[in-house]
Amino acid sequence: MIRVVLPAHLKTLIHLQGELEVDVAAPVTLTSLLDAIEARHPVLVGTMRDARTRQRRAFVRFFACERDLSHEPPDARLPREVEVGREPFYVVGAMAGG
Amino acid sequence: MSSVRVLVGTRKGAFILTSDGTRRSWHVEGPLFGGWEIYHVKGSPVEPNRIFASQSTGWFGQLIQRSEDGGATWEPVGNQFVYDGVPGTHQWYDGTPHPWEFARVWHLEPSLHDPDTLLAGVEDAALFRSSDAGESWQELSGLREHDTGSQWQPGAGGMCLHTIIESPADPRRLVVAISAAGAFRSDDAGQHWMPINRGLRSEGIPDEDAEVGHCVHHVAMHPSRPDVLFMQKHWDVMRSNDAGDSWFEVSGNLPTDFGFVIDVHAHEPETLYVVPITSDHLHYPPDGQLRVYRSRTGGNEWEPLSKGLPQSDCYVNVLRDAMATDSLEECGIYFGTTGGQVYASADGGNTWDAIVHDLPAVLSVEVQTLA
Repeated sequence: MIRVVLPAHLKTLIHLQGELEVDVAAPVTLTSLLDAIEARHPVLVGTMRDARTRQRRAFVRFFACERDLSHEPPDARLPREVEVGREPFYVVGAMAGG
Repeated sequence: MSSVRVLVGTRKGAFILTSDGTRRSWHVEGPLFGGWEIYHVKGSPVEPNRIFASQSTGWFGQLIQRSEDGGATWEPVGNQFVYDGVPGTHQWYDGTPHPWEFARVWHLEPSLHDPDTLLAGVEDAALFRSSDAGESWQELSGLREHDTGSQWQPGAGGMCLHTIIESPADPRRLVVAISAAGAFRSDDAGQHWMPINRGLRSEGIPDEDAEVGHCVHHVAMHPSRPDVLFMQKHWDVMRSNDAGDSWFEVSGNLPTDFGFVIDVHAHEPETLYVVPITSDHLHYPPDGQLRVYRSRTGGNEWEPLSKGLPQSDCYVNVLRDAMATDSLEECGIYFGTTGGQVYASADGGNTWDAIVHDLPAVLSVEVQTLA
């Protein structure tokens, strides 16, 4: 089970308290994880990455295990700690504006 | 007994204000979609309990929400706004070519005739139509692909299509306005478009009476006279008696003819309302006095309306989509400010009350008069 921490704006959209948990078959990549999140919550399509190009939105970042994974290739495998649920995967709204 | 529902979009969520027909006591519901920018909320004239909201942030993009029960519950609908083909370029602020990029939906206009049809005006400027109550969107690309499209430039707020007017007499006739390209009209349901800016003069563009390039802030129409249009331009209040084929200035004795909102009384097609704003670099009322100006003569002769409005130390703005009217026997006028107040007059503008004081900055106000 992958643990995902969403930013407040996206939690509002899916009426979520706390972490989101999603099942994704190993090996887990950024693409397979985001696909699984969007499949479970279609309202999130287009909020983290462009719905058509699947490029990460400019002010969205992906962190895990104290690393910024935002610029990793979409098919790169996520850290083992995320795959096994020991560490959460963070979707972060970049700090900008007020 | 009749009632009124005021739909308010703000920088940090939407609010629904309701009252009975006396408009003396108000119930405030919200924030809905807290933390999100709600550029516009508007109900279907055909099915008033069907309401649409444009929800966005710079971080997480655009959503469209739909309610079928007057705003009590909402569901997200389609949010894919994809330009037709290869969209090409418009002019950037510095005059260089800039690719068309979708940013957000500024305005939603449910059809006067069909509850499943609505139009969306977006930034970068384009018009989209949904025929399935917002589930999917198709661009009416004849507008963006107009010969002048590559010359359009953004205004300070972005290159937004912010005004959409459907003619009650002919659903094939549409008028839209874009900052800072100007006004456009289609007589074939949005397939083909023509600029309707003859008579506009704008200092600050190379050719002051160019075919396009004017920063139109808002356009209003009374449903009984679809050929008469009123415009608040960047500077100048304008009028057209021929559906935009030509315009003439009706700023008259206004203390300043800069502003954003303009609207028409529900029952008096020659009674207009504007909120003069000091200038293009001082976006607040002259002398710190918030005043609505009313003309009962279709322009030129204006009277200040200040009873109940702050007359000192008031430095708010009133944005382009933030004024609306109800259609009760005694017409109600409503407007919202960047200071978070929504003011209402239940007597055509003679007296005003703040029906709510401390919302986030108000982006839009729409009113539904309910049986």
